[in-house]
Amino acid sequence: MSALVLNEEQQMLKDAAKRFMVESAPVSQLRALRDNNDETGFSRELWQSMVEMGFVGTLVPEQLGGSQFGYVGMGQISEQAGRNLSASPLISTAVGGVAALLLAGSSEQQQALLPKVAAGELLLALAVDETPRHNPAQVGTRLEAQGDGLVLNGRKQFVVDGHVADKLIVSARSSGADSEREGITLLLVDRTAAGVRVERTSMADSRNAAVVTFDDVKVAATDLLGEAGKGFAALELTLDVVNAQLAAELLGLSLESFERTVAYLLERKQFGVTLSTFQGLQHRCAHLFSELELVKSAVLKALMALDAGADDASMQVSLAKAKASEVAELATNEALQMHGGMGMTDEFDIGLFMKRARCVQALFGDFRYHANRFASLKGY
Amino acid sequence: MADLDAFRQQTRAWLDENCPPSMRKPITKESDQCWGGRNFTFESNDQKLWLERMAAKGWTAPDWPSEYGGGGLSQEEHKVLREELARISARPALSSFGVWMIGPAILKFGSEELKRQHLPAIVRGEIRWCQGYSEPGAGSDLAGLQTRAVDEGDHYIVNGQKIWTSYADKADWMFCLVRTNPDAKKQLGITLVLFDMATPGVSTKPIKLISGNSPFCESFLDDVRVEKSQVVGEINAGWTIAKYLLTHEREMIGGMGRTASGQKTLSQVAVECIGLDGGKLADDMLRGEIVRWDLDAAAFALTAERVLDEAKSGQGVGAASAMLKYYGTELNKRRQELLVALHGSDGLVWEGEAHREGAIPRNWLRSKGNSIEGGTTEVQLNVISRNILGLQ
Repeated sequence: MSALVLNEEQQMLKDAAKRFMVESAPVSQLRALRDNNDETGFSRELWQSMVEMGFVGTLVPEQLGGSQFGYVGMGQISEQAGRNLSASPLISTAVGGVAALLLAGSSEQQQALLPKVAAGELLLALAVDETPRHNPAQVGTRLEAQGDGLVLNGRKQFVVDGHVADKLIVSARSSGADSEREGITLLLVDRTAAGVRVERTSMADSRNAAVVTFDDVKVAATDLLGEAGKGFAALELTLDVVNAQLAAELLGLSLESFERTVAYLLERKQFGVTLSTFQGLQHRCAHLFSELELVKSAVLKALMALDAGADDASMQVSLAKAKASEVAELATNEALQMHGGMGMTDEFDIGLFMKRARCVQALFGDFRYHANRFASLKGY
Repeated sequence: MADLDAFRQQTRAWLDENCPPSMRKPITKESDQCWGGRNFTFESNDQKLWLERMAAKGWTAPDWPSEYGGGGLSQEEHKVLREELARISARPALSSFGVWMIGPAILKFGSEELKRQHLPAIVRGEIRWCQGYSEPGAGSDLAGLQTRAVDEGDHYIVNGQKIWTSYADKADWMFCLVRTNPDAKKQLGITLVLFDMATPGVSTKPIKLISGNSPFCESFLDDVRVEKSQVVGEINAGWTIAKYLLTHEREMIGGMGRTASGQKTLSQVAVECIGLDGGKLADDMLRGEIVRWDLDAAAFALTAERVLDEAKSGQGVGAASAMLKYYGTELNKRRQELLVALHGSDGLVWEGEAHREGAIPRNWLRSKGNSIEGGTTEVQLNVISRNILGLQ
């Protein structure tokens, strides 16, 4: 059991990510993208800089053009992205896409695609959910034999970066009933393939998501990631990897809203004194501080468990995502309340943190989903 | 790392041979806990044996220097020992305010003479200690304490009253805060002294609590003679040591939020009490509440571990003890509330052997004091907001 602290290299990566996000991907960038109704939803230039910084290839093996820095390393980048509400395809491509290829793809597929991902030439998106609430085993999208090939039919939603991804990683059913774990296949589909319809959904956090419909889309056997019907285990592991990073992002945005709120209390005066002198507010801040300390520990543990390939990694990830979601909700709600009327204005950033928090919470399972999973994994 | 693996193997083998099987069962009643001391009655021969064997290794105080009877273990080795003890669900060989509190203070602030006199006896569980801090007029405002110590050359004559002295009626010695300079600013006139509870003028009276038990006492000090050699640290510098000890106490009480080695986890109890239906606890609402607690408890245990690891690597959050104390005690109170709820009406039976003499409701009521003793929850929140967040 290694110590629950960052090593020197991870600390350096954290510092570099911190500087980078503040300078190159601040909250004002997200605001500008939103106000200009940007069609891409992120800055392509920023994505290139992230490639140059090595962020995009953090999880990619060295021999395939990445830095293979591990989940703890990636978590430091996600946390800083959370602090700055940095809009980019890091989660969809550098985390979800790369993890799916590493966990389910053949070495040919990895060699063909991962170097392109690390070089910023290929965007990926996970098309998993079919219902408004996350339920990865609920797969009605069908992959069926037709002639000498396969065809895909179905509908996916909350596909983050789905409208810009070059390739979609889709969970589809080859056999079995709609909610069975058996019979699920993972496959790659080109976004521009015939029969794929992508509709961008405008979300509360001004970030990217899409509804994707597959209408008799032709699929080659070489596009399957792993064996047909045996994809659920790899999907679950992929989702663990993504959820650990989402937990890190939630930690970052919770810490940032908290620190901004403490600064506001120290500055805002009412009744002739700063708000920071009121015990009613002090104690709520102290409680939130304590909760945030718990989130820090849970997130770091989950990232380390994934790096170590620990047996209880899934449980640690659900602990981290559940706790990070619960506390992000508290942190952003408290931040808004303590900013008073200013918190309700679009001009203040606090509302943006709250909106992003709810989207990250909901993506791939919120507090309730992961609390339930945690209990199930513990046998109750 | 190889050394540590070897240490783990040796420790595992030693424990395998030396920890009696009955000491690997969950603690279910008060007498299962071994406090040691001159007047302690061992509940079983195994309990005595387990204490003696652990004490001989110095493992009742694993990280104290071996020259004072401690185990002389590094922090890494200590962690391995804790893990190995937890692995076999071993009961603590000794529960001791000596090990937890005054021992570390003597190690840090005490004279060589005090170390040699007191530390080995603490390790062996021969002397049981109690804490003389609070007074009827000095609770949260501890620095306002009034117990007077008048300088008589080579000794002091102490007069005053202490309250919430844990197990003072069973303790052999007291570590006590007294006012040695009534004219100085209140924090600056306090000294920490040690004395034998058998000294003439010391008397104690148990306080009956809402749990029906009396773990705490009032202690009366009438012209008690205390030798100056029994002053810990500098005269009039007792407040610094008191704060250090309070930190220890907070960590100890905060530790209650963690499920102790040998204790059943809350979810295990829940499964026993209400059973499973389709692999899930048969009561949906309770399951939801248990999971919430379980998540918090798991994240809290990781936080206690992280705080230790950070302290080791020199990056510690200064006032972490206030956070751990606050969160850990609130967690333990929630745990006790859930235990009562899980047991339903059985959890409210007050007496009788069939219900372990009301252990469930009595522990539940006892836990209410966790967020009062050692600095209330409100004081901890003040410390966090002022000292860490700078809110004032």
